[in-house]
Amino acid sequence: MIPGVTLELILYTTALGLVIIGLAGVVLSSHLFRMVLALVIAEAGANLMLVLSGYRWDAVAPILLQRAEQPTMVDPVPQAMVLTAIVIGVGIQALAVSILIRIRQRYGNLKRRDVAEKMDAEIAASAGIRRDISQDAPLGERPLSPLPAHTAESRGGDA
Amino acid sequence: MRNLTGLLFAGGLGFMLLAIASGIDFGSPPMRIGEAIQSASPQEVGAANIVTSVVLGYRGIDTLGELAILFAAASAAGVVLGRRHTTTGTQRKGGFVLFHGGALIFPFLLTIGFYIIFHGHLTPGGGFQGGVILAAAFFLPLLARPGARLHHSILSVIEAFAGASFILIGLAALAEGQAFLQPMLNQDTLGSLISAGTLPLLYIAVGLKVGAELASLLSNLAQTESEQ
Repeated sequence: MIPGVTLELILYTTALGLVIIGLAGVVLSSHLFRMVLALVIAEAGANLMLVLSGYRWDAVAPILLQRAEQPTMVDPVPQAMVLTAIVIGVGIQALAVSILIRIRQRYGNLKRRDVAEKMDAEIAASAGIRRDISQDAPLGERPLSPLPAHTAESRGGDA
Repeated sequence: MRNLTGLLFAGGLGFMLLAIASGIDFGSPPMRIGEAIQSASPQEVGAANIVTSVVLGYRGIDTLGELAILFAAASAAGVVLGRRHTTTGTQRKGGFVLFHGGALIFPFLLTIGFYIIFHGHLTPGGGFQGGVILAAAFFLPLLARPGARLHHSILSVIEAFAGASFILIGLAALAEGQAFLQPMLNQDTLGSLISAGTLPLLYIAVGLKVGAELASLLSNLAQTESEQ
């Protein structure tokens, strides 16, 4: 083994690396399904990190045996938390995938930019506002224009 | 620009997490509660699997909350996907191996699922894991015959019954003058199948609920996919 590289360094780096890879994937990926997969990776890293936090050297699984003296056992609390976190993760992933199915049925693909544009267009259309002005612009005419007409024009055009 | 900020974010997050993790002493858990539970749980709960006594005994109300989250996720997925009965029998059937292999493996999956649920207080496993295996058992026929359907009404009855019995067991402890979801009944000998009081009953309820929920979720997903 390389000097300076200990077992705990490898284990922690693996768990944290999974979290970071997953979150970077959520931020960087341009496809919605890949975002869900990246979230799954991040969740696996977080679960691994939790289990690692209860680890103890020379310890066995926390199950009582029928003998006189019990060996040292690892911390059962993180394991109990991870146990339920995994099942909840499955439920959340199923919800995410079902939303993705609906998005794909409506917009035809799952590319983030494409879907966002189409959604913006639909929202603007249903709200009855023009897409080329700012989203924060009020609908309709103002009773009193706060600025001269040419200034208002140029402010509205930067969306 | 977006990629650059994303990479910066990931790098900074990694640095922060590593800095936090380097302060943790590996191999000696920082929490004292684990040791306290290990020494107290054989007398207080009487389950051989200490993880089970944490999940259902010490953190029973958290488990109820987690079941509620799972229920909310499953029903939200059902709401998003909707339920339409338009297509019947038009899909491709599964191949010979999938069809007969699924039929062959179904009883074994059922047996393993219930075994894991019933022995949750003795060995690694329990309601959550066994419930997932039960869901897989009931989903396998849907893969082999895409036209077949699960009976959603039966599944919801099972699910409602399991969830209600979990809460009722907790309320029974309350009626006895103890805390909500506190383990009751006889503890019996440590390590025998019927031991640990109400914990096996709670795990059976959890297993049925998780199994029914995941099965209906999977069949919802499969039907929506096959409608495209």
